[in-house]
Amino acid sequence: MNPVRKQRLMVVLAILVGLAIAVGLAVYALRQNINLFYTPQQVVNGEAPVGTKMRVGGLVEEGSVRRDPESLNVTFAVTDGKGTFEIHYQGILPDLFREGQGVVANGTLVSRDRFEADEVLAKHDETYMPPEVQDALEKAGHPGNAGKTDQNARDGGGYGGQYGDQ
Amino acid sequence: MWKTIKRWYHQLGSPRYFYGFCNAVLPWLVPIALVVLAVGLAWGLAWAPVERYQGDSYRIIYIHVPASSGALMGYIAMGVAGLVALVWRMKMAEVMLKALAPFGAVLAAVSLLTGALWGKPTWGTYWQWDARMTSMLILLFLYLGIIALQSAIRDPRQAARAASLLAVVGVINVVIVKYSVEWLQTLHQGATLKMVGESSINDAMKYPLLISMLGLWLLYAANVLIRARAEVLSRERRSGWVRKLVAPAGGKGGR
Repeated sequence: MNPVRKQRLMVVLAILVGLAIAVGLAVYALRQNINLFYTPQQVVNGEAPVGTKMRVGGLVEEGSVRRDPESLNVTFAVTDGKGTFEIHYQGILPDLFREGQGVVANGTLVSRDRFEADEVLAKHDETYMPPEVQDALEKAGHPGNAGKTDQNARDGGGYGGQYGDQ
Repeated sequence: MWKTIKRWYHQLGSPRYFYGFCNAVLPWLVPIALVVLAVGLAWGLAWAPVERYQGDSYRIIYIHVPASSGALMGYIAMGVAGLVALVWRMKMAEVMLKALAPFGAVLAAVSLLTGALWGKPTWGTYWQWDARMTSMLILLFLYLGIIALQSAIRDPRQAARAASLLAVVGVINVVIVKYSVEWLQTLHQGATLKMVGESSINDAMKYPLLISMLGLWLLYAANVLIRARAEVLSRERRSGWVRKLVAPAGGKGGR
């Protein structure tokens, strides 16, 4: 390669690498602000500040959803296998809200184990399958998405790995 | 193998050869792209099975994913063209850089819009400032920035150099878009289609998705060739072969 081009290539690559490192460090330093939500582990460990507005996320624990028959009040537990706390919400939950599925809630942490949500969003996982396939899987003894919480906590499938990192 | 690639590179680097190449390829590429895209979309939107939780609303995946992947690949292609334009000062790379931007910007916008429409019924929100959505918005702004930069500078070669640098540097954002869902906590779920390993989508839903993606990529390629062909003619308007080409059939070369 002729020397002028070689030099230009080096300059461009140097700019690119330098900027990539700078952006990488910035994202790493700001990750707590870039992360959309606190994980249950962070809430339980005390990394999430009590009494401020924030978002939390995790898997809805199996069998933990309690609805008040008289009102729209609902409480449920979220977990990531490393921590569990309760969310209280008054309002209509999104259609995809299900036990064993992910949620992101916006609101205030009242205490280490209780969160008052103003808004609950459903997170859906990256699996897509027709209902018949799900039925077939369940019949074959493979837990479909219902009953996935424990499985997730064990093998890190779906959300477990993602939630458990930090 | 390497020799063939090198020969292609040099041949397509010649504006005149490139013009002939476009004329030969486009009459096939455009109909093939349209047919593949139509098959993929019809299969996905009408015949693919419903999703267990999302029902029919998941079908927007057949537009959302092809558009998003097209926007990301288009940007990577612009980054490569930008690098070649900066280092080797190759004219055709400058032309490609300019030709890649508009359709890519449209795809990025389509990706954001369909994502918002899909987010409302599934997540319960049109928009959250999570890392995936925000970085995709930045991708759209980068596309628009490159288009703006190219039209703000009159001299095409100067304009190409400025845009090239932005294109190369912006590739960092593509990496962030791709890995944001793995490195950071986001509302957006992780990748469904995987290069290695099994994709977490049922085959009956996956095949129409892959066909739609291929169709849209081919359509993007066709759009790029059409734009690049016009740009070549405009840049080479003073050269002999273009003059001969646009001269009236009588061969007198205008008045």
